[in-house]
Amino acid sequence: MTQHPYLALTDDDREEMLRTIGVSSVEELFRDIPAGVRFDRELDLEPALSEHELSAHLTELAARNVDSMRELSFLGAGIYDHYVPGVVDAVLQRGEFLTAYTPYQPEMSQGVLQAIFEYQTAICELTGMDVSNASGYDGTTVTADACFIAKHATNRAKVVVTEATNPQVRQVVKTYAPGFGLEVVEVPHTGGTTDPDDVRRAAEHAAAVIFQQPNVFGCLEPAPDLAAAANDAGALPIAHVDPLSLGVLEAPGRYGCAIALGEGQAAGNFPSFGGPHYGFLAARQDYIRRMPGRIVGETVDAAGKRGYVLTLQTREQHIRREKATSNITTNQTLLALGGLVYLTWLGPQGLREVGEACLGLSAYAKQQLAERGFEPLFAERTTFKEFAVRVGRNAREVVTAARQRGVHPGYAIGRDYEGLDDVLLVAVTEKRTPAEIDRLADVLSEVAGG
Amino acid sequence: MKLIYEKSQPGRRASAIPRPGGLPAVEIPEELRRSEPPRLPEVAELDLVRHFTQLSTRNFGIDTGFYPLGSCTMKYNPRINERLVTLPGFANLHPLQEEAGAQGALELMWRLQEILAEVTGLQAVSLQPAAGSQGELTGLMLVRAYFADRGESEQRRKVVIPDTAHGTNPASVTMAGYEVVGVKTDARGNVDVEDLRGKVDEHTACLMLTNPSTLGLFDENIEEITRIFHGAGALMYYDGANLNAVCGISRPGDMGFDIVHINLHKTFSQPHGGGGPGGGPIAVRDVLEPFLPVPAVVRKGDGAFALDFDRPKSIGKVRGFTGPFGVFVRSYAFIRMFGPRLREMSEAAVLNANYMLARLKDAYDLPFDRLCMHEFVLSARTLKREHGATALDVAKRLMDYGFHPPTIYFPLVVPEALMVEPTETEAKETLDAFCDAMLQIAQEAAEHPELLKEAPHHRPVQRLDEVRAAKQPVVKYGFGDHPQLEAAREPVVAEAPKGV
Repeated sequence: MTQHPYLALTDDDREEMLRTIGVSSVEELFRDIPAGVRFDRELDLEPALSEHELSAHLTELAARNVDSMRELSFLGAGIYDHYVPGVVDAVLQRGEFLTAYTPYQPEMSQGVLQAIFEYQTAICELTGMDVSNASGYDGTTVTADACFIAKHATNRAKVVVTEATNPQVRQVVKTYAPGFGLEVVEVPHTGGTTDPDDVRRAAEHAAAVIFQQPNVFGCLEPAPDLAAAANDAGALPIAHVDPLSLGVLEAPGRYGCAIALGEGQAAGNFPSFGGPHYGFLAARQDYIRRMPGRIVGETVDAAGKRGYVLTLQTREQHIRREKATSNITTNQTLLALGGLVYLTWLGPQGLREVGEACLGLSAYAKQQLAERGFEPLFAERTTFKEFAVRVGRNAREVVTAARQRGVHPGYAIGRDYEGLDDVLLVAVTEKRTPAEIDRLADVLSEVAGG
Repeated sequence: MKLIYEKSQPGRRASAIPRPGGLPAVEIPEELRRSEPPRLPEVAELDLVRHFTQLSTRNFGIDTGFYPLGSCTMKYNPRINERLVTLPGFANLHPLQEEAGAQGALELMWRLQEILAEVTGLQAVSLQPAAGSQGELTGLMLVRAYFADRGESEQRRKVVIPDTAHGTNPASVTMAGYEVVGVKTDARGNVDVEDLRGKVDEHTACLMLTNPSTLGLFDENIEEITRIFHGAGALMYYDGANLNAVCGISRPGDMGFDIVHINLHKTFSQPHGGGGPGGGPIAVRDVLEPFLPVPAVVRKGDGAFALDFDRPKSIGKVRGFTGPFGVFVRSYAFIRMFGPRLREMSEAAVLNANYMLARLKDAYDLPFDRLCMHEFVLSARTLKREHGATALDVAKRLMDYGFHPPTIYFPLVVPEALMVEPTETEAKETLDAFCDAMLQIAQEAAEHPELLKEAPHHRPVQRLDEVRAAKQPVVKYGFGDHPQLEAAREPVVAEAPKGV
């Protein structure tokens, strides 16, 4: 058989190595595997490809997807089409970052350790919190992680989640909660936002109150009042936030939240059909020893020079085993590094400008749609970059019809909320232009006859 | 080296954001408006690129050199996969795209599911879990749902785990609301079957086992272990961290396992990225399929691919959308480059490990004198007793020779453990150079132990004070209040050419 490009041993190598080992064949190396569990045929897989054939095959598969470069897309609902600058790719393709493992040996890994320390700083700055971990899997799983923190911090047996929190997040919390011994209670929204009095009632005896800012409908919640309602009941207020909103919206640390977390994708990752991305999780100092996952700390080396290490490891699974604060080991470091590079690229000015662009462009979209008879679902609420709009007929059909005209007009949210079958969730990032928004309005008029 | 925040100058920036005119003004209520801007770095684009390039030179990856970190399967990460994952049809595809507009992505996922089912010898696959440990937790949720469906969830509360297991196993058990029952290792490095017999009964939910184990040994009694668990009505969970040893050679499903997680970032070459991303798909026996996470990726009668949310017995969702798609692209690409030749991959991994073991076993202690699978565990116990040189010292000295150290102090049952996993992609010359260094270091331990004690000598930092880091945690930059420590030296760079 031809030598495989990813394998280096030649026939001569193999012979010499077998001699050194003292066995006569490769087969003999597997003698400890009982005959009854040996696999006695060839794997039923398609034959090996060359790199050229592989490339052609995957290019063909990719071409059967309609991505945001092939149609004008207003999809959001948790994953957003923000611009990812070239510097992100350049840094992430450095082999020293790309092909390293978790930095167990700090002397070999100062690059990524310092980068994570800088990432933790950026997340704390965005959220107004004291401590950030090195990342979690995504915005859904970090929310489940936060429930575990709250459960152990309060010893209480339920968590409250607002219904206006992204359904993906709520579903994952509900999947994890039984294992934590937690019941999940949902608080409905009132006209697109959550009433703090409803939260106050539900928060009694709760470990935590989770809300999203801006919420799933894009509306700005009365976040400080929701946090206060949770705090009054002794429940931990947990804010699920959009990192790109935090140049214009207040940091959760400034309005009394215990934990701030969210989906990092918008800041520096491509949509990539849902992953891999990073979830960020930051908390007040009180919870530093209950944090899940890796944390990098600053210290000194034997010569007194500054350096970075994984720290507070007695929280973690490889030391504490069944008493660990989480089972996480592999996290999303490379994507979080992408986040750090992106936030560095933006700087504080750029972050504010992206936020302002989202506000302005989405307000323009609302206006254009309203002029064509499509009323926003919650007209009196302030929204950030996404808004819900009634389209007068089944929104899924509207999506299909609009896509035939080259525009993906948004997410048909009726799948997640009863009574909203005629509602589209429209996301407008800084990448959209007023002309593109005009086209959305035109196409919606054509297909939904507004 | 300075932090990016220490290089920041007010007024600089690397980004320009389009600011179209004529947009309506939006007033954010004052109590919701940002009161103070976040202190993100302010640098020009070149300084950004230089900063992160300099950081990368202070990091060591597989691309840099040999990285025999046991249990982590640090194999070559093909560069073509990095190009493929950036194809616009993959990178810019939104997870809520209509199914008709995502057929290529769904087909890729469906094909990967079929491949993983064949490799593991099981019937159904979910790609959703984001990493091995999340695969474990998902698997335990399936166990719970399976027994709940049979009315046995109150009765079966215990999960049996050998003392050689990864720490994630017991941690996942706690997160799933189960209790851990430990089981010992016998004199040959297998699970102690006699100890096991006394611990498995009608209260047992499942076993979690890595096979080959973290000792790099295939459990010779696996058939008997399966009989004990299935005989007690319990399930078998396979931690796939070590699957690289047995692709095409022995399948977990054929060993009797009911649930398997596969670490795509180990066996199937997703680059580890300094700590992720990973992928932890799970494969299950057909009786467990109804409980798998939603949505399932299915092929319909007409050949089209679809997401199936209608799974009333499903445990729910464990992650957003359908999992880390970019990881699937890379692992699918890696597997397609091998096809049935995956067996050759595993054979080379096992041959490489046994060759190194043969070269090193006289200079270090070998706790279980058997052939190994894809990795092996040595002990520095004698070096420590006779010369005071520990596994940590050996690891640090290896850095001076230009190698990433093996995993140390794991598994916990071996004192002064050095766990070496070469993988299949390394050349014999590389293995020899590493073995030469290990032999040299064993000699140095006897003659010049200070060379080990003071190592590493040529890295950007010397040994770091981890106790200080944990006792006085500094976990973010403090700006004006940051402790003033002298920055570590710059990496060694080649002398600049003179007079160009």
